[in-house]
Amino acid sequence: MSAAERAFRPGAQRVVLRHSALTRICHGINAVCFFALLMSGLQIFNAHPTLNFGQTTDFARPLLSLAPDGFPSWATLPEAQDLAVGRRWHFFFAWALALNGAVYLADLLLRGRIRRLWPSASDLASIPHAIVEHARLRFPKGDAALSYNVLQKLAYLAAIAAFPLLILAGLTMSPAIDAAFPWLVDAFGGRQSARAVHFLLASFLVAFVAIHLAMVVLSGPINNIVSMITGRYRIEEEGHDA
Amino acid sequence: MTRETKLTRRETLLKLIAGGGALSLAGCGLDARSPAALAVLEKAETLTRLAQRALLAPREALAREYRPQDISSYFRPNGSTAPDDADYQDAAAIGFADWRLEVGGLVDNPLKLSLADLRAFAPRTQITRHDCVEGWSCIAQWKGARLASVLAAARPKPAARFIALFCADTLEQSLDGNGRYYETIDLVDAAHPQTILAYEMNGAPLPVEHGAPLRLRVERQLGYKMAKYVMRIEAIDGFAALGRGRGGFWEDRGYEWYAGI
Repeated sequence: MSAAERAFRPGAQRVVLRHSALTRICHGINAVCFFALLMSGLQIFNAHPTLNFGQTTDFARPLLSLAPDGFPSWATLPEAQDLAVGRRWHFFFAWALALNGAVYLADLLLRGRIRRLWPSASDLASIPHAIVEHARLRFPKGDAALSYNVLQKLAYLAAIAAFPLLILAGLTMSPAIDAAFPWLVDAFGGRQSARAVHFLLASFLVAFVAIHLAMVVLSGPINNIVSMITGRYRIEEEGHDA
Repeated sequence: MTRETKLTRRETLLKLIAGGGALSLAGCGLDARSPAALAVLEKAETLTRLAQRALLAPREALAREYRPQDISSYFRPNGSTAPDDADYQDAAAIGFADWRLEVGGLVDNPLKLSLADLRAFAPRTQITRHDCVEGWSCIAQWKGARLASVLAAARPKPAARFIALFCADTLEQSLDGNGRYYETIDLVDAAHPQTILAYEMNGAPLPVEHGAPLRLRVERQLGYKMAKYVMRIEAIDGFAALGRGRGGFWEDRGYEWYAGI
């Protein structure tokens, strides 16, 4: 039996190159950076576990307060309360995330890969249907498995947009950056607002990653993980189509 | 080794990374505070400093100055707020009448300046935001003498590369005697127009909890750079011999020397 015959047999499988080497490398670096930044970020948050909007801190009326303890030590990096070490981890991995993200974004935009993620009009019209399919945990087979559905497209675009905003909000907390680019502080509505936005965007990304990992597990964990490491994704042909 | 076992190992590794949020690094046999790890992580500080200094060109880029109505009704005092060092208490008891700021080190003209002498320098008044490394911010008005003017009067030698500020407060009782507060800044920050030796806060003499009689303001860096209770200033060519050699009280305890971020 030839490879072509095997590929089109009902219930058969074929293997496609789903992710480019660059995408896979960027994804791996991003995953490591994300967890290092999240956990060291919680360590930094714990040094002053409240949030405010505006330029300054209103100690009496915080927007959100986890005082006095903040996040539990198992979630922070390092585990013990240590702001100095938390900052070391955070700023090292912030550089790594920013540089890695710049490479990924350049690839996405300059090589037109963003077209795979940009929803079409018919995509947007199919949102209700896509929600129902997701809720039933029915995942596409055959060629449909190769393209992202509208919910995936919107989620990935939102996550991709959240990272630069998150970095900008973080930079706005830097007094030196504020002196160089005063408009940045205004854009976020003040330094404490930027700190709150930084936290809220990080919370959004935590939710994204939680759902992302859940979907990886529900839609074929081995196949998904192998495809993000080797690029090779196994597709099951739709039997009833044959 | 077969291809399958290779894949399995990679998968396991990736799962570990993905599950990293729930796993402590200690569980993976990694100490987040090990000197070897920190030595690598600290490389980022140089990158940050060089990048920020490049962005701040021209180096006179000013920190924002706010309006009087923006001044915080409550400004949190931090670090030492009531030094119990005997010398300081004696000086405070008589309203710092005998207090003198010493300016020395690598200078041609060492000085001893009273508060009246400092007020004789052209004053600079600025309403700025104070950002603490812990994450909070407060706005206050500061008035003082430009550090650059005071240094110019002392005539630093060409060998001077940093300015060290030695303080009256012992923030930590330590056996090696390194618990006294001190800070160092480079000449870029020392020359900056907003870098002042402040003797007034919000129109009144500097309160004790905020560093009476004199504190430093370095407006493009975090609060811990802005030493309070300043007693002596020295022009130096390096800070390896000071304290534990990292350029400041908090720097000796792991914080960045460059605190622009």
